Amino acid sequence: MGPDAVFGKVVEEHGMPRAHSQEPKAGFRIAVLIVATILSAAPAFAQVDLTGTWQRVGASDNGAAREPVDLLGMPLSADGRAKALSYDIAALSATERQCQMYPPIYAIVGPFPLQFVMVPDPVTQKLLAWKILGWGDRDETMIWMDGRPHPSKYAPHSHGGFTTGAWEGDTLTAVTTHAKLGDIKRHRGFSSDRATLTYSFNRHGDILTVTGILEDPVYLAEPYVLTEVFRLTTNPNNFPLTACEPIEELPTLHENPALVPHYLPGKHPAMNEMTQRYNIPLEAVVGGPETMYPEYRKTLKDKYVMPPPCKEGCGGPPPAAPPPPAGRGAGAGQPAGRGGAQQP
Amino acid sequence: MKRAVLVIICAIVGPVLLDRPIVEAQRGNPQPPRTPKAAAPIDLTGYWVSIVTQDWRWRMVTPRKGDYQGVQMTPEAAKVADAWDPAKDEAAGEQCKSYGAPALMMVPGRFHITWQDDTTLKVETDAGMQTRLLRFGNVQTPLDSARDKPAETRTWQGVSQAQWLTPRPNVPLQLRPADRAADAPPLRPTGGSLQVVTRNLRAGYLRKNGVPYSENAVLTEHWDLYKRPNGEEWLTITTQVDDPQYLRNVRLTAPMFKKEPNGSKWDPTPCSARW
Repeated sequence: MGPDAVFGKVVEEHGMPRAHSQEPKAGFRIAVLIVATILSAAPAFAQVDLTGTWQRVGASDNGAAREPVDLLGMPLSADGRAKALSYDIAALSATERQCQMYPPIYAIVGPFPLQFVMVPDPVTQKLLAWKILGWGDRDETMIWMDGRPHPSKYAPHSHGGFTTGAWEGDTLTAVTTHAKLGDIKRHRGFSSDRATLTYSFNRHGDILTVTGILEDPVYLAEPYVLTEVFRLTTNPNNFPLTACEPIEELPTLHENPALVPHYLPGKHPAMNEMTQRYNIPLEAVVGGPETMYPEYRKTLKDKYVMPPPCKEGCGGPPPAAPPPPAGRGAGAGQPAGRGGAQQP
Repeated sequence: MKRAVLVIICAIVGPVLLDRPIVEAQRGNPQPPRTPKAAAPIDLTGYWVSIVTQDWRWRMVTPRKGDYQGVQMTPEAAKVADAWDPAKDEAAGEQCKSYGAPALMMVPGRFHITWQDDTTLKVETDAGMQTRLLRFGNVQTPLDSARDKPAETRTWQGVSQAQWLTPRPNVPLQLRPADRAADAPPLRPTGGSLQVVTRNLRAGYLRKNGVPYSENAVLTEHWDLYKRPNGEEWLTITTQVDDPQYLRNVRLTAPMFKKEPNGSKWDPTPCSARW
């Protein structure tokens, strides 16, 4: 509906004869212009404008796993578990894999902020797409909002995949298909090129919650659901997407370029690390859909013994700052050293 | 001419700036205010199950003493946590310290949501057998004076003030999708979410191994429902715990839940200080 039609509708609602709207005079055009200006200023207060850079502030352990075999709570299928346990991170040093990017769920589990850009239709200026800019090892995500269909299942797949979106109230939902195979928890578990990722983006003030539901008929037995919380920031710490240049990193791969780093079944050297460190039974460490439901705790109760108190790598408060040096410039109220305030 | 322009501007802008019910009332069509239950933009009632794909190591088992990874705690909080002794909590009858509102939705379990009355949503959990009451409208205990309440009036679940958040009636022009089909229907904002602010809490644990929150903690939640085309319903609760005494930053988590068809897996289990 164009501005003249909107104008005519409003005039009708207010009991004015429609004939007056057929050839709007200059004053009326000014009125329409003013109204349009007021309405277009509204996004300053809109909940649904996602434009900007969103800093990761959630406290969950997405991607923060330390042990190479930590598949806790991942609903892996048997194939997915086998794939995860055969993976050697040195594979990324193979020349042909160095520019392999992470799949779309990396937007949730990765370390960097999400940069949202609104892409307007060049003619109508309406919302054509949201673009989430890429970063060093994640391709950009273009969320098409214009109702275009997903491509044929035979269409080429890319690292970023193909994504369409729609508003459901103030929630932006988006569906990604046509992504390439990639690892989904920082080298722990994979999604195949047949996976589908459904996002929902919920903005509440300066907080953005992203929920991702990953479905994969190859490597997952049930949907893998993750969330992350972001805060709008004006001081982002980004890692822009740049051209990738493969180089030789490992001497072993230089000597034997055909080598594909991997572990044979049952031979992963870090298989027992979680059990040794946290007393968590191995059957839980290797994941599976049953491990993400509360009733699974019952199977653990008689097997789990709390390990001795944590001594290193335990988190907690930062060490106390050293006292300020005596002398000039160390007066009251001066920060002791660089950095100042604690950041999340 | 200028006067006509002003009149038209007011006629057009008025309905945008004013609340719709007020405009309706001025037209002689007063509408009785709907109860929060009747006005609910989303239906949260039913049985929900935690999906534990995150923080598994701290949620599904009791983490070892001194394991504070992922918690931006103050030195004062570390002192409290380092003194964690579940036997002492049991002796004091405080087995439910890790089931208070700031931690409850992260406890693996199921919860059952019903309307207790037209203005109160009731959330019952099987793990710890807790009950949260999310009250709409004026809450009897004034939240502003919650800090002045004596400690004995504080509870694990505190006092929760609820409010529906609904999409604005007019989607901003440039946020309206560019439809490829010329006859696409106009966008109709639907749905909404639930905001809950909880205070007047009894001090407890964010994690089972004694990571504390204080009685002055303020919990702010946004409950967002998502219905999938296959019929599944998912709920994400964005949770902010603001506690300057024990947390260096606002703690943000977003546990998620899946709706279940019935309560056949409901398994009431009392609080435990150890498991």
